[in-house]
Amino acid sequence: MALLTKKDANLIIDPLADNNPITIQVLGICSALAITAELKASVVMALSVIFVMGVGNVVISLMRNIIPSKIRIIVQLVVIAALVIVVDQVLKAFAYELSKTLAVFVGLIITNCIIMGRFEAFALGNGPWRSFLDGIGNALGYGVILIIVGFFRELLGSGTLFGYPVLGDPIGKTGLYSIGYENNGFMILPPAALIVVGIIIWVQRSRNTALIEEN
Amino acid sequence: MLEHLELFFKSIFIDNMVFAVFLGMCSYLAVSKKVATAVGLGAAVIFVLGVTVPLNWLLDQYILQEGALSWLGAEYADYDLSFLSFIMFIATIATMVQLVEIVVEKFSPALYNSLGIFLPLIAVNCAILGGSLFMQAREIPSLALAFNYGISSGIGWFLAILAIAAIREKIRYSNVPPPLRGLGITFIITGLMGIGFQSFGGMLTGGDEGADSPVPETVVREAVLPEAEGEAVEVETEKKKEEVVISYNDALNK
Repeated sequence: MALLTKKDANLIIDPLADNNPITIQVLGICSALAITAELKASVVMALSVIFVMGVGNVVISLMRNIIPSKIRIIVQLVVIAALVIVVDQVLKAFAYELSKTLAVFVGLIITNCIIMGRFEAFALGNGPWRSFLDGIGNALGYGVILIIVGFFRELLGSGTLFGYPVLGDPIGKTGLYSIGYENNGFMILPPAALIVVGIIIWVQRSRNTALIEEN
Repeated sequence: MLEHLELFFKSIFIDNMVFAVFLGMCSYLAVSKKVATAVGLGAAVIFVLGVTVPLNWLLDQYILQEGALSWLGAEYADYDLSFLSFIMFIATIATMVQLVEIVVEKFSPALYNSLGIFLPLIAVNCAILGGSLFMQAREIPSLALAFNYGISSGIGWFLAILAIAAIREKIRYSNVPPPLRGLGITFIITGLMGIGFQSFGGMLTGGDEGADSPVPETVVREAVLPEAEGEAVEVETEKKKEEVVISYNDALNK
């Protein structure tokens, strides 16, 4: 018996490309843009969201029959907030410098619309295992975009990846810098993130024309 | 008074919720197809931020901060409940949004009809929680300033969504490359507007207080490169030179 049936596997694969939470569903943009100036922060953010979504979707799915629908938003917020507090405390304990860089954006996972969106759209109507897969899938789709954006912004903006110089030394003029290459400081500024995501959307939609929107 | 004015303009233009820290992007992108609906949501955001930021300031000061419980008695003085702030803030926001909805429905049905569908959405708008978290992170010193911060960052968000809605209404008539239509071009326009708003960064650096903290404490800017930091240092030294010059002139006049 396969661990995942085809239908279950689609729950994970779909959000990675054709139903990506950021580029197609337009959910969870805020944090995707704000913390992607460095690859390391993007990876940690992606991992945090994967944790919160995987666990949160299971919890909500288990409780779906006992939550009164009128107060479900508050219940969902409490579940997410509790999980985010766990993430925040873990980060503060084991990666203090990084938690300083992420600052309030760890807290803002609470209002990350991907999480609420998937709770509403999926976990409230499906069993725990499928909800778990859906949560992981969507969080991975989110993480992929985050990492792509973080990769380009850090590489082009500061010539490093995970903080290690990969294009040579800009001060000693070695590597690429010896032939006159300069870092593009614009990539570090907040607006660059928007433009990078815009370009990702452009590339994705020109490859898959079914996704093109009406004007 | 001056600090109020400074915070007001700083929150609207320099630390703009959308262009500088990307808060509330989800509703910013989803509800900006028409100017009329954008205005409704923007007004609701100003209102809710104006209510929740001061409330959360009170919570932060009297319950959550380290030693904040000392008003209960000396034995409570060592408690530090700040790890609870996420859950307290979001609970306040969710409750307030619900309350505001009930009150508005009762006393102003016209306003309720225009805001109606947006109010519940606001509970999960990151701009609202972000306002409270930034208020906590920046250690805003007084209740009045917290109120000011809430209102002015709401106005900043309102301006941003109004502008993008107007542009999106017009862009329908232009020939955008098909894969960029809709979401893609909106992202790029927002990026360009963000670049425009960056230029407001120099607005408050002329004053004395502005010079101490010329840039908002966004994450992105903390991660600024060595060379960019070098530039910042240069700017600061230039500023110091200016100050020196002024005092020299003053000295001459005397």
